[in-house]
Amino acid sequence: MREIVFDFLEGYDLLGAFWVTVQLTVYSAVGSLIWGTLLAAMRASPVPLMRGFGAGYVNVVRNIPLTVIIVFTSLGLFQTLGVSLGADDFKTINFRLAVLGMIAYTSAFVCEALRSGINTVPVGQSEAARAIGLSFPQVLSLIVLPQAFRSVVGPLANVLIALTKNTTVAAAIGVAEAATLMREMIENEAQLILISAIFALGFICLTLPTGLLLGWVSKKVAVRR
Amino acid sequence: MSGVAVTKGNPTPGTNDALVVLKGVNKHFGALHVLQDINLTISRGEVVVVIGPSGSGKSTLCRAINRLEAIDSGEIAIDGRPLPAEGRELAALRADVGMVFQSFNLFAHMTVLRNVMLGQIKVRKKDKKEAEERARSLLERVGVTTQADKYPAQLSGGQQQRVAIARALAMEPKVMLFDEPTSALDPEMINEVLEVMQQLARDGMTMVVVTHEMGFARSAANRVVFMADGRIVEETTPDQFFTNPRSDRAKDFLSKILHH
Repeated sequence: MREIVFDFLEGYDLLGAFWVTVQLTVYSAVGSLIWGTLLAAMRASPVPLMRGFGAGYVNVVRNIPLTVIIVFTSLGLFQTLGVSLGADDFKTINFRLAVLGMIAYTSAFVCEALRSGINTVPVGQSEAARAIGLSFPQVLSLIVLPQAFRSVVGPLANVLIALTKNTTVAAAIGVAEAATLMREMIENEAQLILISAIFALGFICLTLPTGLLLGWVSKKVAVRR
Repeated sequence: MSGVAVTKGNPTPGTNDALVVLKGVNKHFGALHVLQDINLTISRGEVVVVIGPSGSGKSTLCRAINRLEAIDSGEIAIDGRPLPAEGRELAALRADVGMVFQSFNLFAHMTVLRNVMLGQIKVRKKDKKEAEERARSLLERVGVTTQADKYPAQLSGGQQQRVAIARALAMEPKVMLFDEPTSALDPEMINEVLEVMQQLARDGMTMVVVTHEMGFARSAANRVVFMADGRIVEETTPDQFFTNPRSDRAKDFLSKILHH
């Protein structure tokens, strides 16, 4: 029975496709966390030019559909401007372009989550930090951001889960991740519902533990006041 | 009674001994004129207690001295140097001015020990071992040695405030500012903080203390500055102030707080 129903899976590299999804997610998550933190620092900074750039970036990028951004990285950056991000085969180029697009998009949400975290840090914390002679970057990196991060682990988990699912958009520029394989299988096999269910389950397997783990971390690192 | 009860009277601005000098300082919050032409000179080693009704501008005055509140006009100089604008120079100056807040403001994500070490390492560039030694000896001085590895939220208010004093002292400040240091404390914890402050005063620390603790003002202050409605109304010795205030505003204030 089992062999007959799941027969059609033969010849498809399901794990390989999900592995690409995981890679897309991890690289994009790390990149968005870094760039998103820098954006949040800019938006909290006393320099008007930086605040303006941060606000402008977030408001433009988060209002553009991800598909448009991903397609732009391929059609605009690569094919028109010749940006290949140091790779020379299409597979690697597209993968890197997709990661770049994901970072550009997701960092806007990381920035806003962090900014709400910064607002939970009482103003007395940064006053006390300034009063012992810390500079603005030190106040931010030693006092405000560490506390802000601890209070937004939950919201950042949401962003990470959304990012994991958003990696399916990379299919638009031919990155061989899970959604690309799903489309291929749906075209070739007469098992629509089963195929959809398998991929849905695959994503749940990735995101559910993420959510549970980060929920636990969130409680663990919460700042007691 | 403090051991340095030698009253210095009102030193004239511009003497060598002047550590903190405010000249013609004005500050507005919107339409509210919270500091009106404040002139005040604090000498090295002097303990000045600022008292007055709520909203009189005394906290603002205290916060203006290390530029946590920027002033609209006038001059503030510390140890002969005018307060710089925001930036590296201001940070350097703030390191020389200790500040203790009403709500303690200990860094909530760090242990007590780390709180007292942080400024020494990041601002004074001391190595970790030296900073820890000094932190531990300061915690001993304020009597919270056993709490060193706890987080601020695990301490009582009085303990937190004493740690906050240790954190400020760790920077080896020239002057200490106290912004209502006991106002957020349960009554039974007020004394433990005041005792630490009394000891500091005896050790010759220059202090500006905004407080409602009249007992502290009487016993530790060299000078009492009475503020009302953004102005310095009276500036005199504690004895003179409490027994024979000159202004009606001060008489009125004292009559309301002393007869209970």
